[in-house]
Order: sequence, then C-alpha cells, then structure tokens
Amino acid sequence: CMTNCPTLIVTVGLPARGKTYISKKLTRYLNWIGVPTKEFNVGDYRRECLKIYKSFEFFRPDNEEGVKIRRQCAMSALNDVRQYLSVEGGQVAVFDATNTTRDRRGTIMKFAEQNGFKVFFVESVCEDPEVIAQNIVQVKLENPDYMNCSSEEAIEDFMERIKCYETSYQPLDEDLDSDVSYIKIMDVGRRYLVNRVVDHIQSRIVYYLMNIHITPRSIYLCRHGESDLNIKGRIGGDSGLSGRGKEFAKRLRNFLEEQNIKDLKIWTSQMKRTIQTAECLGVPYEQWKSLNEIDAGVCEEMMYEEIQEHFPLEFALRDQDKYRYRYPKGESYEDLVQRLEPVIMELERQENVLVICHQAIMRCLLAYFLDKTSHELPYLKCPLHTVLKLTPVAYGCKVESVYLGVESVNTHRDRPENVNVQRSTEDALQTVPAHL
Amino acid sequence: MAARHQRPSAASKSSAEAKRTDLKNNEKKCSWASYMTNSPLLIVMIGLPARGKTYMSKKLTRYLNWIGVPTKVFNLGEYRREAVQSYKSYDFFRHDNEEAMEIRKQCALVALQDVKTYLNTEGGQIAVFDATNTTRERRTLILNFAQENTYKVFFVESICDDPDVIAENIMEVKVSSPDYPERDRESVMDDFLKRIECYKVTYQPLDPDQHDKNLSFIQVINVGRRFLVNRVQDYIQSKIVYYLMNIHVHCHSIYLCRHGESQHNLERRIGGDSGLSERGKKFAVELKGFVKEHNLSDLKVWTSQLRCTIQTAEELGVPYEQWKILNEIDAGVCEEMTYKTIEEKYPEEFALRDQDKYHYRYPGGESYQDLVQRLEPVIMELERQGNVLVVCHQAVMRCLLAYFLDKGADDLPYMKCPLHTVLKLTPVAYGCKVEMFDLKVEAVNTHRDRPLNKVTSNSMLPPLIRRNSFDPLSSQDQIKRPRLYSMGSMHSHSHVFPPPAFSGTRFSRVSEGAELQQREDSLNGFSTPDTEEGST
Repeated sequence: CMTNCPTLIVTVGLPARGKTYISKKLTRYLNWIGVPTKEFNVGDYRRECLKIYKSFEFFRPDNEEGVKIRRQCAMSALNDVRQYLSVEGGQVAVFDATNTTRDRRGTIMKFAEQNGFKVFFVESVCEDPEVIAQNIVQVKLENPDYMNCSSEEAIEDFMERIKCYETSYQPLDEDLDSDVSYIKIMDVGRRYLVNRVVDHIQSRIVYYLMNIHITPRSIYLCRHGESDLNIKGRIGGDSGLSGRGKEFAKRLRNFLEEQNIKDLKIWTSQMKRTIQTAECLGVPYEQWKSLNEIDAGVCEEMMYEEIQEHFPLEFALRDQDKYRYRYPKGESYEDLVQRLEPVIMELERQENVLVICHQAIMRCLLAYFLDKTSHELPYLKCPLHTVLKLTPVAYGCKVESVYLGVESVNTHRDRPENVNVQRSTEDALQTVPAHL
Repeated sequence: MAARHQRPSAASKSSAEAKRTDLKNNEKKCSWASYMTNSPLLIVMIGLPARGKTYMSKKLTRYLNWIGVPTKVFNLGEYRREAVQSYKSYDFFRHDNEEAMEIRKQCALVALQDVKTYLNTEGGQIAVFDATNTTRERRTLILNFAQENTYKVFFVESICDDPDVIAENIMEVKVSSPDYPERDRESVMDDFLKRIECYKVTYQPLDPDQHDKNLSFIQVINVGRRFLVNRVQDYIQSKIVYYLMNIHVHCHSIYLCRHGESQHNLERRIGGDSGLSERGKKFAVELKGFVKEHNLSDLKVWTSQLRCTIQTAEELGVPYEQWKILNEIDAGVCEEMTYKTIEEKYPEEFALRDQDKYHYRYPGGESYQDLVQRLEPVIMELERQGNVLVVCHQAVMRCLLAYFLDKGADDLPYMKCPLHTVLKLTPVAYGCKVEMFDLKVEAVNTHRDRPLNKVTSNSMLPPLIRRNSFDPLSSQDQIKRPRLYSMGSMHSHSHVFPPPAFSGTRFSRVSEGAELQQREDSLNGFSTPDTEEGST
C-alpha cells in the first residue's frame, strides 16, 4: 500500500485527556498544508442518537443498552469515514473516540484493512489531576451534555464517567501492540513513545504533535505600517514606511507596552517596511525570509490598473482561482503556505509572539489559526494598522481586533463579479480600492 | 532608541570603535538553527557496542553542520586507542580489570576537557560525546560536568536486541577498525561479541519512569522501529529528534543529476526557464536507458518546477514529482545574463561574488546560503526515502552533494557537477560511496572555477551578507573561531538606519544578553553593506 493510501488516525484515551483537542488541531494543520482531512467525533454521533443525556450511568460497562448504542454509533461513524476516504476524496480521517479497549481497536484495524486504509493511533495518557480538571472546566461544561446542570453537578458526573472507562482501559502496550503504528503522548507532551512510523504523513504528524503545547499564550499578527507603494496602489516591491506608517509603528509600541506581554518575541520579514516598523518598537526582533510578501513576479510594483492593461488574461485567471494562481515568475498563495509551514511549526513551539508581516502572509497565517478554507483564505480581511490578537481557547482561537487609530489606504481587493477572461476593463477593476 | 543591553556597558568608545571595525572584518554568519540554541548542547550517546552510536553521531553531526550549527564528535574509542597503543583483546574491557578501568576513565576526562575547549573557546555549539556511557555513574559524571559548564544535555540511547543487526554492524565497521588490523573475520566477531558481554554486565539503560525521568533524551529502539522521547527542551533538540526519527539504515541509493543541456546553457546564460537543446534531449533518452539498466526497484524521481528538469524526466516514462524548492538558485537581476554581460553591467557584483561565492546574494535573488535553507526539507525527505533520482540544477546539486559528502561552505560552490553526468551515492559504513556515470552525451561546460586571485578591492567592500541563513560547515571544518553569536539588529541599525535594501540582520539578542557579559572576548560580528550597494 503506497503513499496514496488514505490514513485513518485513531485517538485512544480516557475522557478529558485532550483527544478532541488534538484531533481538531491536527485536522486543522493537515488541511492547511493541503491534505484533505476530516474528524469524526463519536460523541457527536452519540448525541445525535440519544437526544437527551441523562447521566454517567449511560457509560457504565454493565449498561447493555448503552453499550449497544455506543457500538452502533461507532459503526455509523466508521461508515462515514469510509465514505469520506473512499468516495469523497479525503486523505486522512481522524476517528475521535476513547477506543480504550483492545477489542475496539481490533475492530477498527480490521475495518481499515478491508478498506485499504493505513492506521495510526494517537494515545493520550495523563494522570495529572490538575490538567484533567482544567480540561473538564474548559470544554466539558460547555458541552451539550451538561447544558442543564450546574458546574459542580457536571464535574461530579464527568468524574464518574471517567471511572466507567478506567476499569476496562487497555493502553497501547509496547509488547502486545508492537506491530501497530502509534504515538503515545504522556503528560501533555512531557514524554512520547513513537512506534513504527511507516510513511511521510505519519512522520509529519508525529513531528507536529511533538511541537504543540497547551501553555497559555497569545499570538499577535499585524502588517507593516503603511508603505509608500501602498499609497500609490502598487503591489509588492520593497518600499519604506509612509508618514502614517511611521505613526502606526509608534502606536504599536505603545500598544505593546500597555499589553505588558511576558517574554514577547517579535518576528518580521526581511523587507524594509516590516523592519522599519519593528525598529520603532525599540526591542530586539528576528527577521525571517519566509515571512516576505508573496512574490508577484512580472507584476511586482504594478498597480492593479496596470496589470489589467498589460496582463488582462492573467488578471482574470487570478480572480478565477486566487489561491492557486501563480504570478508569472512569482508565487501563488499555495506556494506561500508551503514556505510558511516552518513558521507555523515554530509559532506552535513558541509562547507569546508578535508577527509583523504582509497582507498575503497574514492571510495565510490567519487561515491556519482560524481554520479557513483555501477559498476563503485569499479574501480574508487584514487591514493596515490593525493588530489581531489570537488566544487559543477550548478547541479554537479567540480573536481580538485592535485598530490603532492611524488612517491608512485600504489594500483589500474583493473578488469582482465578473471573472471571465473576456470581461471589460471596468468589470475587472470594479473592486480595486482607492489610491493616489 | 531604547535598547536592552546587548554589549558590555563598560566598553569605552574607542574600544567600541575598534570592535566595530573588527566586526566588519570578521563577519560571522550565524544560522537560524544556530541562533535558536543559546547554551551549548552536549549530546551524549548511550548503548552497548555495535548499536550504531558512532553511525548516528557522525550522521547527526554532518546534518547539524550542514544546517549551520557548529558540531563536532568526540569518540572515546579514539582517545582510548591513543592511550593504549595496541589493542590486545576483549580482556581490556572486563569490568573487573581495574587498571583498564582507570585508563578508560582518564580517557573520558580528557575527552570532556576537549569538549569544553570546543564549546567554550572554539565556537562550537554542539558536542557529541560518542561512547557507551552505559553506567549511571558515568552519566552522572557527565551531567555534573555539563552543569558546571552550563551546557544543556541531551541523551541518545540506542537499544537493539536483534542479533542479525548487531552481527551486520560488526561486519561493516568493526572488522576494519584499527583495533583489529590483522585478524580474520571470525576471530574479530568472536572477540567483539565477548567485548559486548563485558559491557552487558554493568549496563543500566535509561529509566524513563523513575531514575531518569527528568533528563532530556531519546531512546532509539531496534534501529528506529520505536522511539521514546522525553522532555525535549528546545528547538534544536526538537530538530535532532525529528532527524533521528527520519533516518534509516536500509540499503538505498540516491542518484543526482542535472537536467539535460538547455538552450540557455548553449547560449551561456544563467538561470531562466528554457527548454532542452538537442543534446539535452539526447541525454534524457540516455538517462532513460541508464535507469532501466540499473534496474532500480521503486525508484522515485524528483524534478524542479523548471522546464528543463521536467522535460528530462518526461522522457523517462515514469511518474515523477515536481518540487518548487529544487528550482535553480535565483540570480535576481542577473537572471538570463551571460557571465560576460554580468561582468560588464555589474562589475562590482561580479567581483563580490568571486570574493565569497557562498554568501553572496544576487540583488533581488538568492545566495548558496539561502539555497541550503530551502533545501533542508528535501534532505529530510531523501533520508526517509529509498531509491531516489533527483533531476535538478547546478547550484542545487552542489548543495545536496555537500550534505552527503560533508563539504563546507568554502568548497560547496566549487564542486564539480557537470551536465550529462549522474552521481550515484550509496551510504556505506560511516560515509557515502560516490560513483560517477558519464552518459557520454556532449554538453557545454558550465563550471566556473575558483578565481586564482581573489579580488580585494581597496574600498574593502564587504560581501553582501545576510546574517542568519544556513551556513554549512563540514565536520572537518573545525577551525578555531570565537563563540558564534550575532550582534543583534540593534547594532546594525545604529549605523545604517534607514536600513538599506539588503540589511539582513535577524537576531534578537535579549535572551543572549547574559551570555554576552560572560563571553566578552568572543564578540562576533557581521558587516552591513554600505547603502550604495542597495540597488535592486
């Protein structure tokens, strides 16, 4: 079974061990790097089936009715997995459930073998009561299962629920499971056991899982201050800051001081305008070449009007598929994502970071954090002089947008209605923002 | 501008001036990976003999040097061979042989002293201590040593109980070891196995659950079938773990060649995206024959996204993958020019490139240094794969070759990679065997040798250097240099603001401020290009 075999990732672990957190994050990452991935949460299926959750009693191992329903839900989910991987063109499916017995895992492996899927287990083991308690508070209390209880009741019930699984829990075993491909994550990443990684995608998954953490922190994204070329409505290039751009840099400095961020790292690209912005902050910063703006190739430093005049076909093609379109002698958004992957990996490793970058770059990074599709990505709004503060929370990311009050041009060009290559100049330039 | 202190405040103005001039002259290039490692790192191998420790040590060292982190291996066996001129038998290694035990301990101490010299005064960033280190006592000694010197420690333990693997190791590397100059294979095998038994008696593997749970380490089990990773502390340890998890010991060969001769090659033009010439097409056909002849199972073929490599691969009639990062070095404003035109149009640039071909970056383009950085994922993937044929370009091929053959930044840009020639690289013992296949199709020669008289212009213009890109050193490239770390962007901008087009400073220095105080003597520097050079 060679590289194009779909992969079935199977989570393993007691409740409140971060399985869904890992599933969702991994799914988001894989989709961002272009591997079609979908997660299948058996708990969701159970909630569909059993409209009302009464109590932990449902999960008691001696509750025959409960056991039957849970097995059916798992089967139903696996069927959808098969549909996704075999018919809908998915590449990776993440089967998110406790999967705590060897028996259940055996069933899944058989299913995978019958359908030609590779299996990779991700087990999360944690005995730290504080971490578990925090998990419960962060994600279980908001869960539909506990809509109508008080927090204390919910926590108490959930702890009983965990107990139901504990007696029959058979963790992945070095000897008994020596032929199985898996990673065992212990104590939220303090230790990992990795067994039989068989291909590139599993190796990438392992590397990713080993670099993420759950220490609270925030990521700040913003663009450079307004540049001289921005004012003229020209794309690309390597110009310096305008007067207003410099003002923004000053305000950014004040903003950071107010925020009083612990151990903030600052990253810029290697282009003048981001460097000049960072310089005003008066603190050390690092320059990454991979944060440079998208290379517009032959269209560098042109106005959209000029692109329409000289390359109307290219201009239309770009509007037709802005994510994949590559400027002649330049790059596409798709290329950008590839070159930004190490940046994302490093952002995952780090704690508080401010990234001063460019419009296309910021769109790519934002799409990763906010789980935007390749259709949405090239049209995400990233205005100048606005800082986005991203704070991981529960299964996602909280976004706060702070406009620093310095006027600037708008560089956002929406998708025009008419993307036909035969369109008129007027139609093509319909959405071009104003400039000098 | 307000700055956190990055230089010893005691520096007087004149000595600061002197330092600045000094810095201009000794530009040091610190790679991104190197920056991310603040304190020096001591990697400590653990394992019984014939478990692949030296193999991993050398390979890891070669990789780390290539990505620009100065690394060196300290092999205890070599120290022991120095001390005990002739090896007699495995009796030396018996744990009840007191005299020998003393000698072995002394060797370890001497080796550690050399580690200290390398990390503290020779600019080393990582030292790999390659020895069995099988007892807790020995490891405690090393941990104490590291703590005294504020080094981080990362253990790499290789555990293997597969007798076939062990026997093969012994055959491949021990039979030819200096310890066994005359012996025949069987007696070597016999003696060596007894040697291993001596160690087994006192072997205490790492215990992740109790005794060693606070140490940072990776256990590599049965040649990579399983790994246990504990407490990875930082970026470089994470990269080391990733690398070790991706290498394997299966037999495989990597074939490197350039695209067939292109139209631009014929016209002596660099870069661009032209198609194959007639001779180039002929080469592609010959290449197809070559691939068939060599009967490579499951051969993967990779090309760049430029026409010439794609056309070459098309001829092979097998599926191939296009990688953008295999594209030729971007010559920026010089794209599609001939060297003659470049010399006429940009004489300064031309001279600068000859001065330091590795670091020189074409205006609007790339340097070899940049290439190495963008090729790193290719290297990682080549390590993972089996048989691969990479159809690429001259500069790209040089970078890849430098990784496999352990060549440093000085040699890399002058490695010979002629058209219509396939290089076959086969890992063997601790290195790489190279076989060259000239497919006998005529082509132009695109190789420019190192100029005999390096141009040193009076204006002492420093080469256009971007700090903080990768700077491959070879494992042999261990010349004395002061501790590598950057001066940080604050320094550069104090005399070039507004920044010129090519100020490539990249370091943030805050976290290294403390070290700066300690290591005053090893101030490192870089030079920023004069603003006049900032033409695009």
